[in-house]
Amino acid sequence: MFDSLSERLTSLFNRLRGKGALTEDDVSSALREIRLSLLEADVHYKVVKELIERIRERAIGSEVFDSLTPGQQVLKIVRDELAATMGEERRSLSLESRPSAVILVGLQGSGKTTTAAKLAASLKKDGRKPLLVACDLRRPAAVEQLERLGEGIGVPVFKDLELSPPEAARAGLAAAADTLRDVVIVDTAGRLQIDEDMMAEIGEIAASIEPEERILVVDAMTGQEAVNVAVAFDERIDLTGVILAKADGDARGGAALSIRHVTGVPIVYLGTGERVDRLEPFHPKRMAERILGMGDVLTLIERAEEQFDGERAKDLVKRIRDDRFTLQDFLEQLEQMRRLGPLSQLLEHLPGGANLAGSEVDEMELRRTLAILRAMTVEERLNPSIIGGSRKKRIARGSGTKVRDVNRVLSHFEAARRALKSFGSRRGKGRFPADLLGAR
Amino acid sequence: MSPWFDRLKAGLSKTRNGLTGSLSSILRGGGLTGADLEALEEVLIAADVGAKVAIELVKGLSGALRRGDDDPIALLKELILERLAGSERPLSLRSDGSPSVVLVAGVNGTGKTTTIAKIASLLRAADPDLPITFAAADTFRAAAIEQLSIWAERVGGDLIGHRPGADPAAVVFDAVDHVIKRGGVLFIDTAGRLQTKHNLMEELKKIERTVQKKLGRPSDERLLVLDATTGQNGIAQAERFHAAIDLTGLVLTKLDSTAKGGVVLAIREALGLPILFVGVGEAAEDLDAFSARQFVEALFD
Ligand SMILES: Nc1nc2c(ncn2[C@@H]2O[C@H](COP(=O)(O)OP(=O)(O)OP(=O)(O)O)[C@@H](O)[C@H]2O)c(=O)[nH]1
Ligand SMILES: Nc1nc2c(ncn2[C@@H]2O[C@H](COP(=O)(O)OP(=O)(O)OP(=O)(O)O)[C@@H](O)[C@H]2O)c(=O)[nH]1
Ligand SMILES: [Mg+2]
Ligand SMILES: [Mg+2]
Repeated sequence: MFDSLSERLTSLFNRLRGKGALTEDDVSSALREIRLSLLEADVHYKVVKELIERIRERAIGSEVFDSLTPGQQVLKIVRDELAATMGEERRSLSLESRPSAVILVGLQGSGKTTTAAKLAASLKKDGRKPLLVACDLRRPAAVEQLERLGEGIGVPVFKDLELSPPEAARAGLAAAADTLRDVVIVDTAGRLQIDEDMMAEIGEIAASIEPEERILVVDAMTGQEAVNVAVAFDERIDLTGVILAKADGDARGGAALSIRHVTGVPIVYLGTGERVDRLEPFHPKRMAERILGMGDVLTLIERAEEQFDGERAKDLVKRIRDDRFTLQDFLEQLEQMRRLGPLSQLLEHLPGGANLAGSEVDEMELRRTLAILRAMTVEERLNPSIIGGSRKKRIARGSGTKVRDVNRVLSHFEAARRALKSFGSRRGKGRFPADLLGAR
Repeated sequence: MSPWFDRLKAGLSKTRNGLTGSLSSILRGGGLTGADLEALEEVLIAADVGAKVAIELVKGLSGALRRGDDDPIALLKELILERLAGSERPLSLRSDGSPSVVLVAGVNGTGKTTTIAKIASLLRAADPDLPITFAAADTFRAAAIEQLSIWAERVGGDLIGHRPGADPAAVVFDAVDHVIKRGGVLFIDTAGRLQTKHNLMEELKKIERTVQKKLGRPSDERLLVLDATTGQNGIAQAERFHAAIDLTGLVLTKLDSTAKGGVVLAIREALGLPILFVGVGEAAEDLDAFSARQFVEALFD
């Protein structure tokens, strides 16, 4: 769905190779592409405008350094600007008073109830004694949903269907004090920010318990309205944080950036799955890359730069670009990657990588691949087309695998080589590590 | 409130003035200025139409606009309406006495379960005796079965459900069995799933295959429920769900919010799917037939 911004910028900047600095014209055409990309990522159009102006200022005259193309260089500027806009690294919840309170608010279906359970599970893990409080007394089975979730994580749920939501919140807080629970998490009904009655109600609930944390739960797939929603809730209950739920899909999540930029309210966590353990800290830089549709490329390039010495990195980029990437390079790459850190950590840099790390790419597969590559001769690695049936058998024997494993590595390599080629020419989405590792 | 938002608001009203301004410049026969076109583009983008479609539309507008055309916005609306031609369609149920099956799918929290309740209560209002069956094929989300069964009771219909965690296809197997005996309409409420989750998309396909096997034909409607507040990800949602179960149409929910659901224009262009209903609230009666004209008017509200 998203042509990579990287692709567009690269074709733009191809003619610039070897030039020292970006001119105003170069920058203007790049900015047009950046604008489109940010809009595709659902960043609010007014926010896009402001950002583009800032990026323009920073990009004009900036140095284009050798190892990266100018397109990558501009991307880095954009990424850094977005990350700066997104604010500091995570800020954990502040829940000092005893009992303290968190209230979760937001539009219908954004993920409040699930997030309430996630927070409860995480606080419990930290040694706190949470109590979930049901204040959505409207939606069919909303209370039951919270109860089921509470049972699942072993956290009690307070409900009193006779009370109004503000009364229920207050009663929940009192119940927490009585039962020695030290933090209450209040799940509220979904509401539109233009629903005056419901907004008044949320104000009352907040007033009745004065929660330390007032968290807006936003769907990561939200479009341009995210800003209006956040502003209205912020006006009403003075938000202390935002949680971006459903961030495990392929939505680029521009809403997060817009909300932060307009309200100044920090994003605290990402919800990355339906299960209650799927709550992750928020990393501005990673989010910036994701919004640009290229979390993978930049971080990996940076890491590779730290690891490779400059010459070898340059050489590799050139080989990829010239389509001369061989199994030999593949092997060296994999060995480099192993040195970059554990697989799971590396994968976190890919969009959706956290899931991959959990389930789909398996460490065994990587080991098998390495063994197979090592069992090849240098000649075979440099020229895989000579690998026929008998060589495959030998390689399989030498690596303790099956011929079909060898075949799989070869076909993954072929796919990866193609992906890398477009990555090298900044055309693909740079998904190469997952391909290399045989992720499904 | 942040000063930034004041500026944003000021900017918004400037946009409106810009629109009025362009109107008057046309009245004066002056044509649309670059700033006018940009203002129009922004109105569309703000409605989640997407930059690409917005730029196309505005280009089309400046091409189609002739001297003396007195209302560029009306013309733009017509251009959008053209894109929506044929997008209105009622629910298609069987009239041959055999049971109808409506499969409802979508990403998490868009309003699938509520929409089923709404459509069912529409049918109930039209025919108090129509047998309606609800299949609780969301066996994953906490209390999803309870939620559907509350609606089933309110609307008046049978609920076919298994235990939480059961195989959704097995629920559907039983539900189709039931509706073959009972007749009438079967609604299948599926769990929310992000279109990127391979296994869950396979599970959805299996549900439809189960209907086909049991019934000897595909389900009658396979509806994607799309949340109007969704931005450009809506395109990927529609594409991937369409690829999985060959959708027959869309339902656009939460149009009672401030969001306009403009992304359906791009979806329409990519897939040509009709839009059957719009959701306009949380109650059973908050469902309207999709009206292209109303939708387009609302884009410019
Ligand atoms: N994939 C994914 N799904 C999520 C996430 N968080 C919540 N969901 C799902 O989103 C849907 C809505 O979640 P809820 O927690 O019920 O949302 P809510 O805001 O409480 O909804 P209302 O109370 O009806 O307004 C459910 O299907 C959840 O399982 C997430 O981080 N990732
Ligand atoms: N304002 C408004 N709210 C709606 C509309 N349709 C559904 N909702 C609300 O949106 C929330 C989610 O609705 P559900 O029907 O539970 O959504 P779902 O798609 O079944 O959710 P999952 O099964 O968890 O994926 C609930 O709070 C509904 O009351 C609508 O048209 N307008
Ligand atoms: Mg809820
Ligand atoms: Mg549901």
